[in-house]
Amino acid sequence: MSDPSTPVPPPAAPVAVVEPRLSPLNDVHVGLGATFTDFAGWAMPVKYSSDLAEHHAVRSTAGIFDISHMGEISVRGAEASAFLDATLAGRLSVLQLMQAKYTLLLNDGGGIVDDLIVYRTGDDEFLVVANASNRDAVARELVGAASGFDVSVDDVSDGMALIAVQGPAAQAILERTDGLAIVAGQASLAEVRYYRATAATFGDDDVFIGRTGYTGEDGFELYVAVHDAVALWSAITVAGAPLGLVPAGLACRDTLRLEAGMPLYGHELDADTLPVQAGLGRVVALAKEGDFRGRAAIEAGPADGARVLVGLVAEGRRAGRAGYAVLDADGTAVGEITSGALSPTLGHPIALAYVAPESSAVGTPLSLDVRGTRIPATVTPLPFYSRKKEATA
Amino acid sequence: MTDLTALHYTAEHEWIAVDGDVATVGITDFAADKLGDVVFVELPEVGGEVTGGTVVGEIESTKSVGELYAPVDGEVVEANQAVVDDPSLVNSDPFGDGWLVKVRFTALPDGLLDRDDYTALVGE
Repeated sequence: MSDPSTPVPPPAAPVAVVEPRLSPLNDVHVGLGATFTDFAGWAMPVKYSSDLAEHHAVRSTAGIFDISHMGEISVRGAEASAFLDATLAGRLSVLQLMQAKYTLLLNDGGGIVDDLIVYRTGDDEFLVVANASNRDAVARELVGAASGFDVSVDDVSDGMALIAVQGPAAQAILERTDGLAIVAGQASLAEVRYYRATAATFGDDDVFIGRTGYTGEDGFELYVAVHDAVALWSAITVAGAPLGLVPAGLACRDTLRLEAGMPLYGHELDADTLPVQAGLGRVVALAKEGDFRGRAAIEAGPADGARVLVGLVAEGRRAGRAGYAVLDADGTAVGEITSGALSPTLGHPIALAYVAPESSAVGTPLSLDVRGTRIPATVTPLPFYSRKKEATA
Repeated sequence: MTDLTALHYTAEHEWIAVDGDVATVGITDFAADKLGDVVFVELPEVGGEVTGGTVVGEIESTKSVGELYAPVDGEVVEANQAVVDDPSLVNSDPFGDGWLVKVRFTALPDGLLDRDDYTALVGE
């Protein structure tokens, strides 16, 4: 057979790397027998045993992920909220304390520099979380945009590890994790709602916990000082073992987010794609006052006939993959797949694809060119999978 | 338990077990592990002729696609339907129940690797 390809998508832009960067949890992953992949210049675990088993564990119990390669940028100062409103596509000033928002940093053409999660961590303090591949670009753009505002922008990624615990058992696992204590007056894990955060301590150090994720399940992301990462991972693992927690790698993270219909930068999102094409028009707060980067281009809208993101489902077990052509009923190419896999949860192939607007209506019969074989596919609403919502969601 | 030292190997991560003029072909544990969980296998038709070095099938995991090369010239005498029905056999038993095809051949090609060569190649 041919050399098996690396199972995780490459970063959006070439990264000049001599030696891969190592997570603060690298020794833990090595000890667990992980298989590693290069992701945006980082050597990160792609799987520990079976990517399918890890995927199913997150859907049924829980998985623990090391996503320390993500970038964290601190924005603080008297004009922090005004600065973010003027720089990012969303209205961040309306965020309440310990609330999070999914937002975008746009370029002058309205294309996407990165998709971000922004937490309000204080009245004049925000934490901007960027994709690993775009961390430097986001930090550079924010620093560049900060002149004229009473604000300081600091890339704090190097001091921070990020551990995600995702799955229906996530809350119970963190509640029984030794040494992890919610700060008095802050929301308990049961109380903290989706896209909200709470503050905890682990030993003598602070842990910031957001109820967010990239899997389509309930779950938390824990921001912790690098020197606490191994101890916190171990404590969570010990607490979670009886509840079915398993270490989970980037391979299953990708199939989980695909099932949940979540875009991946470099696949569904890039510098030439406008948010509305990606189904993210709602993320751009055109109602807010004042200019922000990319506003004029967003208001002008995409070119006539610009392709739009759709979900596609097919039968059988043969998946369409990124780069494969999407054909209409006449066999004319009308689009291209950006992410695709045999859905582990659903048991049939799913794909995200950009297609011509006239081929984008739900129910449109299309086909996928899978290495010369045409596989019938149908446009379907996103997400492909959604969990049964609990009261906290 | 398969005697791994009795097998031939290719640089394309296939193994070949020779019994008379029939070669049983599979992929190695190294290849199966690199692919990840195999979810789809396409094998050549029984009775068809295959040419060494050409693509005769596909092995797909959740995230990637591997091509199966015929390591020898010959006629396909059997394809493993159990693997088509349950592709996870490629991961769970790559040298045993996860075999892929049997090919009746006239001559083995030059350049096949022995176990030591192969383990040196993959660095294990």
